[in-house]
Amino acid sequence: MDELKRKISFNVNDEQVSLEVDIRTSLLEVLRNELHLTGVKQGCGVGECGACTVLIDGEPIDSCIYLAIWADGKTITTVEGLAKNGKLSKVQEAYVNEGAIQCGFCTPGLVLTTTALVEKGEQLTDEEIKREISGHFCRCTGYQKIFMAVKKVLEDK
Amino acid sequence: MFDIKQVYEPMCLKSALEIYQNNPHLTIIAGGTDVLINLRHGKYEEVELLSLQKIKGLDEIKILEDGTIEIGALTTFTKIFRNDIINKHVPILAEAAVSMGGPQIRNIATIGGNICNGAVSADSAPALFTLNALLYLETANASRTIPITEFYAGPGRVKLQPGEILTKILITKDNYENFKGKYFKFSNRKAMDIAMIGVAVLLNTTDNKVNDLRIALGVSAPTPIRCQEAEKTSLGLELTEENMKRISELTILDAKPRDSWRGSKAYREHLIKVLTYRALRELRGNK
Repeated sequence: MDELKRKISFNVNDEQVSLEVDIRTSLLEVLRNELHLTGVKQGCGVGECGACTVLIDGEPIDSCIYLAIWADGKTITTVEGLAKNGKLSKVQEAYVNEGAIQCGFCTPGLVLTTTALVEKGEQLTDEEIKREISGHFCRCTGYQKIFMAVKKVLEDK
Repeated sequence: MFDIKQVYEPMCLKSALEIYQNNPHLTIIAGGTDVLINLRHGKYEEVELLSLQKIKGLDEIKILEDGTIEIGALTTFTKIFRNDIINKHVPILAEAAVSMGGPQIRNIATIGGNICNGAVSADSAPALFTLNALLYLETANASRTIPITEFYAGPGRVKLQPGEILTKILITKDNYENFKGKYFKFSNRKAMDIAMIGVAVLLNTTDNKVNDLRIALGVSAPTPIRCQEAEKTSLGLELTEENMKRISELTILDAKPRDSWRGSKAYREHLIKVLTYRALRELRGNK
């Protein structure tokens, strides 16, 4: 077998997948280029902007600095896995209702981080909310609407 | 794609140590938040990695029988920040942990990696310096313990021997019991930024008089440092306004900050003094 290839399997958006990946690739590259989950965005490529965030075993992780081979055995959620039966998740609805989306590039990552916060079910202060979404850069909205969407959906819980 | 030639993925520490012993040229990768970024920036070519991701049991925090706190080297910053033992006994380390990077980085970056990377700006370092943390280093057939204060060799360089892996960080009871601590990270942005200055202060007093004061700085010299002069002078002093100011001024005798685009030498010196004073005031409380 080619030394640069390794067979891995993982669960992505409730579906079990097995594939051969190149050890040189990031999880971001495999999700986008092999599995066509293009809701995962490539931004800075060095873990600063958060556009590539996915949930790995429920935790937000920058997939651009995560080796694809590390995904073996993990459960991964991308933005494509949030809507069920054509119905948006609560978090997605909150972003729509608050107008927290402009160009949309940072949105998948932010929605996933927010989803992880909702699933943890913790009560967060305003400062803690800001801290928890601080790993995402948005260059359009100025963050206030995003903050409000997160706050509303956490209060709804 | 990253310029990687090979990745070893041992399932246990023993096998990792054996692989490393036989291939000391390998680059260790834990959370990857430094190594993969360096790869992205073209710092390495055709690198061969020894990944510690699949090793279980090195990400635990516990208190040993003699009261020593043991932190596995693969413990993430998020786990340190949320851990009950850390928050109860060494909250200064929780403060330092949550100041690093952003949530996604803290979810995977490890404390062992932060130390071994040798960055002068490592957010865990000043707090660990004040706590006199010990590092437990293992090779395939030996182990040794070294104080973190003797581990740094220069910017980005630490005293790891070939084949050696940092597996645990230890904080003995006499180094945290009856101490209160404060870490200030000063950076241009509140999140996702590298420290312009890091100041950690750990204080033990009786009746407002100093029994033991430790001040450690990040980004103030080629390695994290302790402010020996200020510490020595502080012994037995009452924490009056005047003495706190005097102690803060003395930090400059050990600090050697540089001019860089993040901040000038003069500004950094100012910050070191002000933040040390501020930490002392906060730790002392209203007197």
